[in-house]
Amino acid sequence: MLSFIVKRIGQSVVVLLTVGLVAFSMFRFIGDPIDNLLGQERTDADIERLRDTLGLNDPFPVQYISFLSKAVQGDWGISFRQGRPVVDILIERLPATLELAIISALLAIIFGILFGVYTAIRPKGWLTNIILTVSLVGVSLPTFLIGILLIYIFAVELGVLPSFGRGEVVQIGWWSTGLLTASGIQALILPAITLGLYQMTLIMRLVRSEMVETLQSDFIRFARARGLTERTINFRHAIKNTLLPVITIIGLQLGSIIAFAIITETVFQWPGVGLLFIDSIQFVDIPVMASYLMLISILFVLINFIVDILYFIIDPRLRDRRARHTG
Amino acid sequence: MKFPQKLISTCSLVTLIVMASASVVSAKTLNWARAGDSLTMDPHAQNEGPTHTLAHQVYEPLVMRDMTGKIVPALATQWEPSKTNPNVWTFKLREGVKFHDGAEFDSEDVVFSFNRAMTKDSDMKELLSSVKTVRANGKYGFEIETDGPNPIMPANLTNLFIMDKGWAEKNNAVKVQDFEGGEETFAARNANGTGPYVLKSRVPDSKTVLEAFDGYWGKGQFPLQITQINYTPIKNAATRVAALLSGEVNFIQDVPVQDLARVASDAKLKVIKAPQNRTIFFGLNQGDKDLTSDNVEGKNPFADRRVREAMMIAINRQAIKKVVMRDQSFEAGVIIPPFVNGWTEALDQLPPTDLAKAKKLMADAGYEKGFSVQLDCPNDRYINDEAICQAAVGMMAQIGIKVNLDAKPKAQHFPLINNLKTDFYMLGWGVPPYDSEYVFNFLVHSKSPKRGSWNGTRYSNADLDAKIKTLASETDLKKRNETIAGIWQQVQKDILYLPIHHQVLNWGMAKNIESLVDPEDQPRFKWIKIN
Repeated sequence: MLSFIVKRIGQSVVVLLTVGLVAFSMFRFIGDPIDNLLGQERTDADIERLRDTLGLNDPFPVQYISFLSKAVQGDWGISFRQGRPVVDILIERLPATLELAIISALLAIIFGILFGVYTAIRPKGWLTNIILTVSLVGVSLPTFLIGILLIYIFAVELGVLPSFGRGEVVQIGWWSTGLLTASGIQALILPAITLGLYQMTLIMRLVRSEMVETLQSDFIRFARARGLTERTINFRHAIKNTLLPVITIIGLQLGSIIAFAIITETVFQWPGVGLLFIDSIQFVDIPVMASYLMLISILFVLINFIVDILYFIIDPRLRDRRARHTG
Repeated sequence: MKFPQKLISTCSLVTLIVMASASVVSAKTLNWARAGDSLTMDPHAQNEGPTHTLAHQVYEPLVMRDMTGKIVPALATQWEPSKTNPNVWTFKLREGVKFHDGAEFDSEDVVFSFNRAMTKDSDMKELLSSVKTVRANGKYGFEIETDGPNPIMPANLTNLFIMDKGWAEKNNAVKVQDFEGGEETFAARNANGTGPYVLKSRVPDSKTVLEAFDGYWGKGQFPLQITQINYTPIKNAATRVAALLSGEVNFIQDVPVQDLARVASDAKLKVIKAPQNRTIFFGLNQGDKDLTSDNVEGKNPFADRRVREAMMIAINRQAIKKVVMRDQSFEAGVIIPPFVNGWTEALDQLPPTDLAKAKKLMADAGYEKGFSVQLDCPNDRYINDEAICQAAVGMMAQIGIKVNLDAKPKAQHFPLINNLKTDFYMLGWGVPPYDSEYVFNFLVHSKSPKRGSWNGTRYSNADLDAKIKTLASETDLKKRNETIAGIWQQVQKDILYLPIHHQVLNWGMAKNIESLVDPEDQPRFKWIKIN
């Protein structure tokens, strides 16, 4: 187990370094931040001076290494756009994204599994047809369109939910939460649905196909032959065997929910790190872009790492095989 | 199963409370949204539109423009060139003005603010580049000494905000934010101005709350009807319009042209518009021996005036206005908007679209078979910028010029102009000092370290350069205006740029709001009324 973890951490570091390198080599193609920084009335002499100050004249490996060596010491640089330390900005923005991502993931998991199981048990019911049809919309429509559609229905036409922002937030230490105020919860509903719909559809379809397959397997037929009730068969035996692969997918999807939040956050003006990233790209705010990408890759690596270990714990076969090898 | 029931009832209670509270919005609250947020509260750190707009509510300059563009007194009550020294401007400062924290305003604060704005990390220093020294003259007198007579000095000061010296020193905000130091100054997130509104709270890119300042000197002189301002940037255009339609905001600055009809048709809303201080045009590399992006070997087709004239009259400006801009523009014959000093109706006369003549000019220049060239265009800077370029591609094709369009984000587009990497490009230009000299300095003067930084045409005319330099110190306004007219004549004759149109601003708001549209896209809320 320990050697497995150590090996994993080693791999993670390599992944992080590679992401950083690729990101930095791409920043050159995004454009030049100088014009955004200096405004209309700058002379060519100003441009040169600022380029030098910011180190933009250095070749990108030099920029990358200087970013890394400072980042390791906790200095993530100063945002070109806001003139504030990047760490402060990220800490301020991260709670919004994490709350949105976690609520969306919860929605996706709960409804995904519920609908998946239901449609598997009742393959011919009318409700199943409706669920499957709606889920098709979830996979085929792009996120921003779903967001705009929801805004149009619930904010403009019905006027019951806000179209943008996070509502009132409560500060708990450095964490700002919208979950404790009514307007915060209201503001969360549409973005969470928009962000979670695709993942919900995915989980639902996976659960459904796994469940259908499990229900046809021998041990379920034996269980039926033993005269167990449908309820016990479905919810005690079938579902357990269905959920194993689902856990892996959920873990992986949590990472992409955080990454996908960029689009949802832009549509709903949700003040999280995704919106920050989009603004930073337009401004060519290199310190923020670099830090965001590193942060997201750390999250991805961390989640994968946890999933791997969970898998190890949950699946007895994996554990036994390893035990046999070492023993 | 008690818990879920409780949860459900709590939820419905919560919904009830929210719906009740949502309907209680004070009539004098302005919920204001625009696409971008202010970048910093530090008034000297960014010379940029949305940043100045927010600063104008909290801080004040010595002189400012009202919402029609006229220069009016703010912290200075009188100003004039000194009678004894032509290089000096004297200002009489307003008495009895208080900063938001109660400190008294006097000439010390003005001297401090000007010196701060002239430091190397300030983004405002270019506007003060001719200033030699500033000094107080008594408690309410202030003088600016320039390196030569500067007839239009006040026009450069309309966005130069005054901070309190004591406040800045106490809070370690004497320096404008600097990138080397790696620290944020106190002034980037806090503000203490003399303006009509006090900064109550601010979360960048999310929400800024301003409240009316009780001790404002202008009480009784301005409407000052708005008591609270909630400012939210909403980046996505569709969401911004939705927020206005749903009543969550009652004032937005940038209504996309495709949504104008939708907003105007709403019973509770209205759209008001006015020409913006910004003109859109194309630049041509006419100075180089050969172009890099064309298929003509050994010579530069743009160097031939006949080709430039052919392109000038091949552009159908009415069609661009109608089809691309949905009538939200004014066709332009010159690259300055009408309210800028130096503009005349004759200059802005549209070149008539004449394809037959254009083709003949092309043939005369030896390009009857045409040529190909690349057009560089931004796609996130001006209203429908990429679509305008697409329209131009079709119009150029009619006279045989095959244009390859390359549209890019502004952060990639503008460096092409600055680094002289483009032969044919789109640019839009605003004139904050409302004077032609500003345009000449940046767009007409030969590219050099101090002037001509936005001139991507490689056009260089020593005679014009000399004339442009004299403008800075010519105090005889009649003579100065004659020089300006002369320079424009030469620029138009040489077809330096191909003007397209002046942009139009569209502000969307609730019907009960009464406002003018500011040509700089900068609402000054002390003048706005709510009925």
